[in-house]
Amino acid sequence: MGGNSLHGVTDAIVSIGFHGLAFAMVLYLISVGLSVTMGLMGFVNLAHGVFAMLGGYVMIRLMNRYGVPFLPALAAAAIAAALASIPLERLLYRRFYGGEELDQVLLTMGLIFMSVAGATFVCGPLTQQMEPPRWLSGQVDLGFRHFPAYRSFLILCGAGLVTALWLGLERTRFGAQIRAAVDNLRMAQSVGINTSRLFMLTFALGSGLAGLGGGLGADLLAISPSYALQYLVYFIIVVAVGGLGSIRGPFFAALLIGIGDTGFKYLLPEFGAFFIYALTMALLLWRPQGLFGRA
Amino acid sequence: MLGDFFRRRMSVIAATLFLGLGLLWGLTGAEAQTIKIGVINSYSGFVAQAADEMQKGIDLYVKLHEKDLPAGIKVELIKRDDTSSPEVGKRLAQELITRDQVQILTGIILSPVAAAVAPLTAEAKIPLVLTNAAGVSLTRLSPYIVRTSFTLWQECDPIGKWAAEQGWKTAYTEVTDFIAGHDSEGAFIKGFTDGGGKIIDSVRYPMQNPDFVPFVQRVKDAKPDVAFLWVPAQTQATAMMNAVRDLGVREAGIHIVSAQDLLPDEELQKMGDTPLGLITAGNYSTAAQRPANQAFLAAWTKEYGDQSIPDFFSVGGWDGMAAIFDLIKQTKGKFTGDEAMAFLSHWKNPDSPRGPIEIDPNTRDIVQNIYIREVKKVDGKLANVEIATIPMVKDPWKELNPPK
Repeated sequence: MGGNSLHGVTDAIVSIGFHGLAFAMVLYLISVGLSVTMGLMGFVNLAHGVFAMLGGYVMIRLMNRYGVPFLPALAAAAIAAALASIPLERLLYRRFYGGEELDQVLLTMGLIFMSVAGATFVCGPLTQQMEPPRWLSGQVDLGFRHFPAYRSFLILCGAGLVTALWLGLERTRFGAQIRAAVDNLRMAQSVGINTSRLFMLTFALGSGLAGLGGGLGADLLAISPSYALQYLVYFIIVVAVGGLGSIRGPFFAALLIGIGDTGFKYLLPEFGAFFIYALTMALLLWRPQGLFGRA
Repeated sequence: MLGDFFRRRMSVIAATLFLGLGLLWGLTGAEAQTIKIGVINSYSGFVAQAADEMQKGIDLYVKLHEKDLPAGIKVELIKRDDTSSPEVGKRLAQELITRDQVQILTGIILSPVAAAVAPLTAEAKIPLVLTNAAGVSLTRLSPYIVRTSFTLWQECDPIGKWAAEQGWKTAYTEVTDFIAGHDSEGAFIKGFTDGGGKIIDSVRYPMQNPDFVPFVQRVKDAKPDVAFLWVPAQTQATAMMNAVRDLGVREAGIHIVSAQDLLPDEELQKMGDTPLGLITAGNYSTAAQRPANQAFLAAWTKEYGDQSIPDFFSVGGWDGMAAIFDLIKQTKGKFTGDEAMAFLSHWKNPDSPRGPIEIDPNTRDIVQNIYIREVKKVDGKLANVEIATIPMVKDPWKELNPPK
């Protein structure tokens, strides 16, 4: 049909790129904590999505039922997830450090099913709907085209957090301790790093980030009781493709998955959903340790 | 000696006592009767919201009309969650029939679940009153199935014809990749091409798809006169409309039509102003002015509060219970499977919230008005206003595909 076809193509590419990027940011926010804790603690925490779900529920409940504004509700979501992770780590996960991976898988799968039942019991089986705050609904006019405001905010948040995490890891003592412990746990213990406390704090940080990601991404990855199970594959893929124990790895993996998934659904709708699995298989065959993982 | 007398006649005395007690118990038992109705619904899974709406419709009808039942007859709903899985649904139906001894089965949101349950109804001769599952051939899978909801061909064939009548020449269809989506796609294509239109392309997206942007972008690229976008209602409808809004599809001059699933009444308020002017075809809108609907809405608000909005799932459940209650009243609660089907196949309700409805005895499927609705602002809120009525539509697919 009519119209300027080059304009149409670039418009399509920009749209797909933009939405793919927003999806990638959500995936990253949720998965980065998992990558760090898996690399640091060697613990296969499949229940990581539960914290994202918890963050989503807390944020939506606060916003819808108690009229809490968006940003405070988001902060509360992250803090709630971080706090919830502490007793879990202290009482349960700690017993399985250095243990059989299958045990850890079974434990965390059990936790996922408990979360499904628990969420259904407390909040009902329906999907929770998030309505973006007034100042983020609508479009942002950048002159050459409009962009949805909320997705733009997601991208900015993701970029901001990547930078903050990288700076934190590279420039702070805490970050140095994490890097040391990931590199060589025994050596880190020998130089006096309290790895037990380090694990707890890192786990809380990772879970808090997941809660933040769950809340921010609530309209992309809908909050429902089966959240942790439904989106588990996405988080695992991002971590596996990115490489364990890294901050950059999941970022590039999330970009690949987010933009790739959106792009391929656009180009080949019948096979679109299948693409990320094919990509993951190809990448892991080429580099089993992931893009930035250690061999 | 007296002891001997009694001992020898012990068995006769015992038998007489038991017989007497049994007669007494039987006499009192005949006064009270509980009709067990098995409700199979998808309380968890991706259609939980639809299931919730349907259950509310069922429960409301029972609550309001329990007093209309004949004296001594009560109704017991035994609810089971098929978790959106056909295998689970089939097992639950089996247990309901054999263990709980239900006299009727009802409910079922998803067509695959209904298809799995169908053979059991034929084997056990238990009637199944389908209150949602819309797969066109479901009523043919067993002679004990009757449907009170709708089929997608009933809605999408008329909207296809209507779109062609507007002078729109090219269409792009996008539906969810499962049987209900396929039905809606096939029906729209038939209606639109019959009216002289041409289909540019047909796309199917995966079932639990969170983000519709890549698929809607394709529509925008193709620049059809009209886009037919179908989703299984609920929150996916809002997600689809968000994609439409974010990509500026309407601003690009592309018209959008669908079945009522794209703009379910309970989601309409969350879509902003994007749906204004959109045309859909459906069997029920909360905006309908007929007295039966006003009474229904009043009762709904009283029971569930004014934050709760019924939709076409609710009305399907409501009318299904109406049919079952009419059956119980007519037969005084005593019916075989065949007697029930004889009654249900000829059932009519001239006063449903959606207008007059009846069952077609030849197909055991629903015959009802299909309304062309346009989204307008009524009292400051969006509403699906009925602008045209196609009276007493039989399922077009069955007319086009007579049984062999």
